[in-house]
Amino acid sequence: MLNSSLKELAQALAGKKISSVELTQLYLDRINRLNPAINAYVSTQPERSLAQAKAADARLAAGDAGPLTGIPLAQKDIFCAEGWLTTCGSKMLANFVSPYDATVIQKFDAAGAVNLGKTNMDEFAMGSSNETSFFGPVKNPWDQSRVPGGSSGGSAAAVAARLAPAATGTDTGGSIRQPAALCNLTGLKPTYGVVSRWGMIAFASSLDQAGPMARSAEDCGLLLNAMAGFDPKDSTSLERPVEDYTRELNAPAAAKPLAGLKIGLPKEFFGEGCDAAVMAAIQAAIEQYKALGAEMVEVSLPNMKLSVPAYYVIAPAEASSNLSRFDGVRYGYRAPEYDSLDDMYAKSRAQGFGAEVKRRILIGTYVLSHGYYDAYYLQAQRIRRLIAEDFVAAFKQCDVILGPTSPSTAFKLGDKAGDPVQMYLSDIYTIAVNLAGLPGMSLPCGFAEGLPVGLQLIGNYFDEARLLNVAHRYQQVTDWHGRAPAGLE
Amino acid sequence: MSLTPDQVRRIAHLARIETSEAEVQTTLEHLNGIFSLIEEMQAVNTQGVEPMAHAQDLAQRLRDDVVSESDRRAAFQAVAPETEAGLYLVPKVIE
Repeated sequence: MLNSSLKELAQALAGKKISSVELTQLYLDRINRLNPAINAYVSTQPERSLAQAKAADARLAAGDAGPLTGIPLAQKDIFCAEGWLTTCGSKMLANFVSPYDATVIQKFDAAGAVNLGKTNMDEFAMGSSNETSFFGPVKNPWDQSRVPGGSSGGSAAAVAARLAPAATGTDTGGSIRQPAALCNLTGLKPTYGVVSRWGMIAFASSLDQAGPMARSAEDCGLLLNAMAGFDPKDSTSLERPVEDYTRELNAPAAAKPLAGLKIGLPKEFFGEGCDAAVMAAIQAAIEQYKALGAEMVEVSLPNMKLSVPAYYVIAPAEASSNLSRFDGVRYGYRAPEYDSLDDMYAKSRAQGFGAEVKRRILIGTYVLSHGYYDAYYLQAQRIRRLIAEDFVAAFKQCDVILGPTSPSTAFKLGDKAGDPVQMYLSDIYTIAVNLAGLPGMSLPCGFAEGLPVGLQLIGNYFDEARLLNVAHRYQQVTDWHGRAPAGLE
Repeated sequence: MSLTPDQVRRIAHLARIETSEAEVQTTLEHLNGIFSLIEEMQAVNTQGVEPMAHAQDLAQRLRDDVVSESDRRAAFQAVAPETEAGLYLVPKVIE
């Protein structure tokens, strides 16, 4: 049951082989047993989860079930869920019980999915290792001395350790794809604007996008079907026709199912800076794709190296604005002692935010301040356009782009925690996708010294269905994505 | 480019984050490291390139000016540090 796909779980529920209450209890028991070591969840509410499961069982019995009815899911603790602690990994929100539901949560509730709990994350989604969480780091289930990646590290570890069949994540600079790569999952960041940001605590609003984290492309497609859609409450939500993101997955098997597909290999993804063992797994995946009928085309993203510097201006600028709402007045942490309103703000924010969040607020404050705006913020926005135009040019020559997700496998806890710049560079292959607003995914493509390696696929705008199919065809002929870490019984 | 301790104190004040003298020094080192990464941008000629604020070039939607939400003040104020009679309480700002 723990290794079943979402489709298989739905069949088991429909066929009464197991009830949603039983399935939910199975996961709650595992969370009780294994979460103290992994620290993937920051809160659970078994009674609420089981009540949702009971309601799902009633829907199943009444013949009113959809593909996710009765299926337990883990929710990243960045999504507001009414009656649930919603901490965003921060002391600032450690006591915040949300009075409302994010649109993503509403949609999963309407689909009849069960909320298993809220998953740990880097504080306000700022980090690539889950070490900036106020609630302590998450351990990578493949090697508990290593990081799971971030910022959606709790969701990644929960699914990898079989503490949830699937989970949600959010991705501002790689926060779905990089932890998916480090934990052997399949994760998809949709095109900017496809999934509502309403009720998802804002980090960098022009980059933030929610998406699924699961064990296969097929599972991701089912989750995205539930998550996506226009939301009038999100000012940047896109009004587009409803899509079935799994529509290409059921095409009949063929010897060369990807014949005619052009895969772009950007030379900037294949230069120095990537571990040799990671690159060997990527090269093997390229051979596999050739065997599936795809044609490889060399492309270039000449401005990609500028994506990290531009991102570390734009994202902190937006964050400094978004996080100004945490002032100790309407919700969240308030310092116990202060001697004026200004002092209350300054002390509440000094005590409520962790070091990385403060650094980013300070960078953002600086680059937006008088006299520096043009040199930093506007320059970063101009470079952002150059990066986006690189992709437009590349997609004239190919259908999807392929490369590594992360330059290394999971690193040791503590290895980069004291060096922000080294940590930032671990997102070198993922950040450009957010700046351009494109969809991107990571899928398992092998192991290096027992640690998972992630393959990144980048699609053109709104090409999620094709991306999922390109991943699915690979997963039909490989078994990397089906492997589970040992020792978590 | 290199920040000075005074600049760190100033931006910490603008951001309303109390920062001790010891923190100013470590913050300065970290920020200077990050800005040395950011400085790579300055060598790029971007003359004539239109700044890109957003991934989708969209016009902001308008909506009808109608009541769409119910009154949930009590629920929203239940999570506030201090309220009284439907108001948020803060330290006195006017003598």
